[in-house]
Amino acid sequence: MDLTELRGKYIEAVAKAADESSLEEVRLAALGKKGEISLLMATLGKMSPEERKSQGAALNVLKTEIDAALRAKKQGLADAALNERLKSEWLDVTLTSRPRPMGTIHPVSQVMDELTAIFADMGFSVAEGPQVESDWYNFDALNIPPEHPARQEHDTFFMHRAEGDDRPPHVLRTHTSPVQIRAMTEKGAPIRVIAPGRVYRMDMDQTHTPMFHQVEGLCIDRDISMANLKWVLEEFCRAFFEVDKVELRFRASHFPFTEPSAEVDIRYSNVGGQLRIGEGDKWMEILGSGMVHPKVLQAAGVDPNEWQGFAFGVGIDRITMLKYGIPDLRSFFEGDLRWLRHYGFSALNMPDLPGGLSR
Amino acid sequence: MKFTLSWLKDHLETDASLADIEYALTDLGLEVEETVNPAAKLAPFTIAKVLHAEQHPDADRLRVCKVLTDEGEKQIVCGAPNARAGITVVLCKPGDYVPGIDTTLGIGKIRGVESHGMMASERELELSDEHNGIIELPSGEVGQKFIDWLAINRPGTVDPMIHIKITPNRPDALGIHGIARDLAARGLGRLKAVEVPAITGSFPSPIRVEIDPALREKGCPHFAGRLIRGVKNGPSPAWMQQRLKAIGLRPISTLVDITNYFTFGLNRPLHVFDADKVSGGVLRIHPAQGGEEFLALDGKTYTLRAGMMAISDEAGVESLAGIMGGEVSGCSDDTVNVFLESAYWDPITTATTGRALKINSDARYRFERGVDPAFTLPGLELATQMILDLCGGEASELAVDGAAIDTTRSYKLDPARVISLVGMDIPEAEQRATLTALGFTLNGDMATPPSWRPDVLGEADLVEEVARVASLTKLVGKPLRRAAAGVPKPILTPLQQREKTARRTIAMLGYNECVTYSFIAEEAAKLFGGGQDAVRVENPISSEMTHLRPDLLAGLLKAAERNQSRGFMDLALAEIGPAFTGGEPGDQHLQATGLLIGSNAPRDPHGSRRPVDIYDAKADAEAVLAALGAPARMQITRKVADWWHPGRSGVIGLGPNVMATFGEIHPKVLRAFDIKGPAVAFTVRVANVPYPKVKTPTRPALTISDLQAVERDFAFVVDAGVEALTAVNAAQGADKTLIESVRVFDQFTGEKAEAQMGAGKKSIALTVRLQPNDKTLTEADIEAVSAKIVEKVSKATGGALRG
Repeated sequence: MDLTELRGKYIEAVAKAADESSLEEVRLAALGKKGEISLLMATLGKMSPEERKSQGAALNVLKTEIDAALRAKKQGLADAALNERLKSEWLDVTLTSRPRPMGTIHPVSQVMDELTAIFADMGFSVAEGPQVESDWYNFDALNIPPEHPARQEHDTFFMHRAEGDDRPPHVLRTHTSPVQIRAMTEKGAPIRVIAPGRVYRMDMDQTHTPMFHQVEGLCIDRDISMANLKWVLEEFCRAFFEVDKVELRFRASHFPFTEPSAEVDIRYSNVGGQLRIGEGDKWMEILGSGMVHPKVLQAAGVDPNEWQGFAFGVGIDRITMLKYGIPDLRSFFEGDLRWLRHYGFSALNMPDLPGGLSR
Repeated sequence: MKFTLSWLKDHLETDASLADIEYALTDLGLEVEETVNPAAKLAPFTIAKVLHAEQHPDADRLRVCKVLTDEGEKQIVCGAPNARAGITVVLCKPGDYVPGIDTTLGIGKIRGVESHGMMASERELELSDEHNGIIELPSGEVGQKFIDWLAINRPGTVDPMIHIKITPNRPDALGIHGIARDLAARGLGRLKAVEVPAITGSFPSPIRVEIDPALREKGCPHFAGRLIRGVKNGPSPAWMQQRLKAIGLRPISTLVDITNYFTFGLNRPLHVFDADKVSGGVLRIHPAQGGEEFLALDGKTYTLRAGMMAISDEAGVESLAGIMGGEVSGCSDDTVNVFLESAYWDPITTATTGRALKINSDARYRFERGVDPAFTLPGLELATQMILDLCGGEASELAVDGAAIDTTRSYKLDPARVISLVGMDIPEAEQRATLTALGFTLNGDMATPPSWRPDVLGEADLVEEVARVASLTKLVGKPLRRAAAGVPKPILTPLQQREKTARRTIAMLGYNECVTYSFIAEEAAKLFGGGQDAVRVENPISSEMTHLRPDLLAGLLKAAERNQSRGFMDLALAEIGPAFTGGEPGDQHLQATGLLIGSNAPRDPHGSRRPVDIYDAKADAEAVLAALGAPARMQITRKVADWWHPGRSGVIGLGPNVMATFGEIHPKVLRAFDIKGPAVAFTVRVANVPYPKVKTPTRPALTISDLQAVERDFAFVVDAGVEALTAVNAAQGADKTLIESVRVFDQFTGEKAEAQMGAGKKSIALTVRLQPNDKTLTEADIEAVSAKIVEKVSKATGGALRG
């Protein structure tokens, strides 16, 4: 039996099939139950063993070959059909995407998290206190007796006192320092805490708002010195401002609740309006600090003959402005959407020391 | 506190440069705020000589001068009438900035003649208002710097003025002598002693002084005075006027200027009465009865309150003790007989009166911080001498009542403690030398502070004195050892951790976090259940900030209104912060509040935009609660506060514990804040979410069934007022082991629904997921559960399965 002709006929028919149905017709004609090749296979039974052997092998080769051709053609037709469909499936990829909400974290909150990360590493925990404060915690306990001139310099907001209530009026805390007293009274010594939070002073102009934020630092132990204070502040500034080197200058000053007291300046340069910390020849005051006054320790029930240590207070808004180049303090509290989006931080941008504070 | 360098040098013998003095002052704690050095603007100018002057060819009033300068002969065109050959002048060269005309000179051509600079008038150099001609110097060499000439011949004109900030503990530095003492202790020179003259009065003072017994103990322990007769008052000498002007004081007359001179020079405020205007021959220092009127030197009339300290004669109050003298008995140019007062006024009494009457004066400023009680008489003697020197006259004997208070006290100097506190190795000898230089008396290890240092009240103050003189700038940082070995423990309290979680979650949900003021306007506070007197700020800074906020929404709505007026209509604002329930410490709680206004998204081709509604706010509240660890099942009630829409808001809680409120804000509130568009919000009470009872990181074991879960849908017709949660809870209760979840997937309400199902009806569609655990569900099992669900829901809602 000559299969060459048969082969030629079906290979050509497969090639010519233009769609799936005509291809199916070819398949049925060749390999279907009644197909030409199938019928030929059926005749094998009637052949002699020798004939069957040679014819059978040849038929099988042919069948496999045509089957493969059919499959290949089928795939080709499917691909062509898909390609045709894809051509019509065009979308404008430049079209606006579906909106996803993007919130922001306020810079003050972000910086508070940065402060926590830095001071936690140095063993400080976070303490809190009420914002309406008794004048004892805000002043007396901090060695500011009623007639002390420093009280006048605090521009204090006083809470209303009801008729017949003869206690001195409560105040909106003018600093975070009362938290020192509360923390020491509660936990005793040794202690290391920071206390960030809102504070209030009756002052409103270009560079002052009646509410702002401070972070208090307190470290009490048996042998803490002002030299330790300087190191802690240097480390803090280096980590916070993310520069390799910072230079701090301690200047003698006075706070009733510390003795000795120092105001601390940081070296910076101003290059074309951009402030750079750690270089240049200018000094900017960034915080007040000192060794906790024995009377303050006493007020909090800590024996000053046994314990000593330092405290400091930093304006959070101020160092935020410095670090992130935010020009105006008042804008912090206005909730201007443009400002919040521009200066805000992503929710997932959690400051930590391994990953770096600002990313 | 302001002073000039030459004035300082009256008290300090020093060769130190101005820069060294400035540095030392700031380093010692006397922070230099500003230095005005008039020499700086005059530095470029040199002395020159006019060799020849001739008429300008084209201008009548101009002269062409040949001027000999340090750079040779120059041609200068000059319009001054006194420009002539032979005079010594002040030269400004091309390139120099001339302050009085605010101009930097160039080489000019004036009517065709080149001019190489100018010869200056006093006004052009801001030396005086004189402008009739150019300066003619009586001496000076060509090429000499003009400021050098001024320093020798008119030192007051180039005297640098230094303005320092004085901390409240340093009244002694409110006198130049005290500042000099600090600098001397630092090693910047030698403190010149104040020589007190012994003045013998030649007649008894015709005016007596008398301290009321009520004030002897405290208000005024010591009052001294004396009369000086036959004085000639008038303008004070130029050198004194120059110094007073340099520190911003207006010269008035010699007598008054002398009191100011002592106030600033020696921190010894004085007062001068015109003795002829004091009636009755006695000055009484007494507490006011209240109601007395007093015309003060500032021209204002004050009404005294009972207890304020006053100095009175027969006619009435003549002076407000330690604060301000009276107009009536004040000195004028005609004063011939003057009564000079030097007294010690108690700081607290002075401060109280000054504050009550709102009078600020240089005297009050000093007395309320504490002047040297031992210097009352020496100050009087010194001032008497100066009056005699400058005004002539004859001094009476002293008129004194009371005596200087004894301030003697001493504290132990523990040099080792100083070193331990400061962390700097300051040898004991240096510590003692510093204290001695500051006027302390050392007796063994006990140090007695000088009478002018009322602030030194303990050992710690000695440490401060030693440290600041030694210079804290020299302090070298020393590492703080770690508090504990090993990996640090967590340091945030659970609430602090929660605050952080709430904040970050809310930002994740798309809100922009704001920080708004803790105080708001009264009307705003009232809208949110606040505004009571207990939360009222007694001295608010503006009418917008009078009451502590009862709720964070007020501040956010205000911010929203501002944003809307800028054209931002769709907003998602949030704040996490304190709200106040009362005026006592601790009457505050932490709120996490989100506010959605307008639409959820900008317009886009996908139709994403729709108005925000309460289900947005509810979803966000639930997300925050979930992040804080709230239980999965909570109750929802309608007991909302007044500022929420009564029908479109709810409370999420457990029993009486309110964890969150969500919903539409009351239209009335929105109108008050002028908010446009729909506004929904949520408030989470962060601390009210229950904390987990067992704190372990281990999770319960996960049980997963391999058996196929089945979902079945049910629609019920119920009354329109029936709440979906009733149906959900009822369905859930039908079979607690088999029913995994029940969810509302549709509701059908409104006119069309009522048309189909009857008036006042709606339909709710639930999908129930059944999860078998031990065997695959048969159709019969499912039917049995379904029947139970229908029964339970129908019973709970009063509705029926929708046919």
